[in-house]
Amino acid sequence: MGKDIREDIAWAQINKDVLKSLETPRRMYWIILFIAIAMVGVAVGSEVYQYQTGMGVSNKNNSHVWGLYIATFIFWIGMSHSGTLLSAILHLMHADWRKPIYRFAEAMTTFSLMTAGLFVLVHLGRLWQVYYVMPYPNERWVWPNFQSPLVWDMFAIATYLSSSVLFLYVGMIPDLAICRDNIHAGWRKKLYTVMSLGWEGTDRQWRNFRITYLTIACFLIPLAVSVHSIVASDFAMSNMPGWHVTSFPPYFVAGALYSGCAAIITLFVILRYVFKFEEYMTLPIMKKLVRLTFAIAMVWTYLNLIEFASVWYGHDQTAKDQLIFKATGPYAPFFWAMIFFGSILPLMLAFKRFQTHLPILFVVSIFLNVGMWLERWMIIAPSFAHGHYPWTWDHDQWPSLVQWGIVFGSFGWFTLLFMVFCKVFPSVSMYEVKEMVYHRSLALKHKPAVKGDY
Amino acid sequence: MSITNLLENWSDFRQQHPSDDRPHREYKWAMSIDLDACTGCNACSVACYAENNLPVVGKEKFAHGHSHHWIRIERYWDNDGREFADQGAQFLPMLCQQCESAPCETVCPVGATNHTADGLNSQVYNRCVGSRYCNANCPYKARYFNWYNYPTTENVWPEPMNQQLNPDVTVRSKGVMEKCSFCVQRLTVAKSNARTEGRTVIDGEVQTACQQACPTGAITFGNLVDSSSKVAKQWKKQQVELNKDKQAKDEGESASKLRGYRILEGLRTYPSVMYLEQLRESAI
Repeated sequence: MGKDIREDIAWAQINKDVLKSLETPRRMYWIILFIAIAMVGVAVGSEVYQYQTGMGVSNKNNSHVWGLYIATFIFWIGMSHSGTLLSAILHLMHADWRKPIYRFAEAMTTFSLMTAGLFVLVHLGRLWQVYYVMPYPNERWVWPNFQSPLVWDMFAIATYLSSSVLFLYVGMIPDLAICRDNIHAGWRKKLYTVMSLGWEGTDRQWRNFRITYLTIACFLIPLAVSVHSIVASDFAMSNMPGWHVTSFPPYFVAGALYSGCAAIITLFVILRYVFKFEEYMTLPIMKKLVRLTFAIAMVWTYLNLIEFASVWYGHDQTAKDQLIFKATGPYAPFFWAMIFFGSILPLMLAFKRFQTHLPILFVVSIFLNVGMWLERWMIIAPSFAHGHYPWTWDHDQWPSLVQWGIVFGSFGWFTLLFMVFCKVFPSVSMYEVKEMVYHRSLALKHKPAVKGDY
Repeated sequence: MSITNLLENWSDFRQQHPSDDRPHREYKWAMSIDLDACTGCNACSVACYAENNLPVVGKEKFAHGHSHHWIRIERYWDNDGREFADQGAQFLPMLCQQCESAPCETVCPVGATNHTADGLNSQVYNRCVGSRYCNANCPYKARYFNWYNYPTTENVWPEPMNQQLNPDVTVRSKGVMEKCSFCVQRLTVAKSNARTEGRTVIDGEVQTACQQACPTGAITFGNLVDSSSKVAKQWKKQQVELNKDKQAKDEGESASKLRGYRILEGLRTYPSVMYLEQLRESAI
């Protein structure tokens, strides 16, 4: 295994390379941005139509009341988790290799949460009354129902979103100061000046910065785990067959980390190409990332098997029927596709020759996420098509183009936010890469002539 | 219930019934439906449309599952291996079961669906944000969503049909959930009349629209607290108890003469609607 990063990159070179990403990306950047905007247009159009006409146009019905919106909501919430994994958990574990890639992973967390939040709004029948869910003081003393997992959801997501925005921002302060010092005058200079909060890099500032960063990291980890556990509670706390499963919270968290890691691989490949980050987003780092993804894929597979086994050997006949329905009914192709993309395909990642093959990894990581999206859909739809009561059994519904349009557009929305972020803010952490280079050169000084990996 | 109490009496807590804490004093509205008497004529459903301002969504939307019948007649073509196809179906009128421990109530994020002191499962249209979690968690799927803005949709209540809308009942707009209310507007009037005269509602004084329309008298409705009411007598005769999740009928051969049961009782929803099992072999 090669080095995570070259030890002989000059610090000024790091600044120059990263700052370049704020100036001149490849033409591919503009193409991606344009496509993303077009996709958002599709979603906005669909949503306006649905808002004006009523939820009926999304082709849900009275026994099949939730659809792709909730499935995609879980998908985006899940996607947000590995940003925290990379930036907070691996930070505490002193895994140095995370340093060049955690910034964009953390940005991914923030933006996928923002996308997920939109799905809650899109899903509501009366979007204009959404503030009822919040516990605001009012003269009628009417409060939300604190028993409802949806209210917990609201709290969990709002907390997670605000904390991860804070974490992303705090971690960026020293880099913003570098931008401030190196960029020519203009609106950006003003922006960086304000946002870097007068950072000068004094000892005291660094010490406070480290403590703050560590504190938020520690705060964020239990939060990340709780957020997806709470999303899982939306289902596990209900009585629907196929949802009422005790192992759902860990299963959801594993699935979340899984899809997030796969997304990081995808974005790694894109950023490395678009912003010419070959020196920083190196193949050895990718290799570690791929191995992490593989491990999480196996955890997810294991938890999936646990769910099937506990349903199969349990006493709940309805849940068992539901499982059989999933595997053999009209949803069988999607169910088996989920198993294939989620559990079989990642086995490829175990082979060394694929672990650094970027084109293959790009395609595979996208398929892994297709699998994870299918997983969420396979939680939602079959339970509605085959519930406790026979009346639901012949009231299945295929989502309309309006639903598909909004789901499609959400990917554009995420890409748009992400790409704009990468152009405006340094998507590679300069000060941490310098730290990494420094550590490495120190290690080389003390341990000369180490053969291979150290 | 405090935390210590909860920990000490965990098993009691699991067995506890919601009405143990707040028993019904004056009223507990309940229903019984005799499946032997039901002919599947759908008169109850039509009466409900008229009484409760249910939108007539039309053939196309009905086919999409956007139907709005608060009481629906379900058809079953076989039962325990007995084929009914040559004789016709078995019918089962399904309406909101007004569960004592309603799964819909706990999950509503805004508390738009609540339990009343009369044991009804109420729906507050103004409060509903349309998350549809209640329907997702309803095992009976007895809740109906306003998928479109029906009051402004053409041919839902074409002139002069809009003149027959019941002034006592709200016309619901798009994006809210609704369901059978046991004709709460009639109950309110009856209760208020009774209160004026300083008494409680007498059995038979108030009828639900479906009960009123049923030509065979399959539906009985009344106050379960009043032991002289017809519905209370029926429940008693069938040994169906509100707070049990398994009734005498299912408990042994000695109880084989009993017909009373409630649907999906094992989920511990404690419904307020008792069904009397169909015994006759022929369809009608």
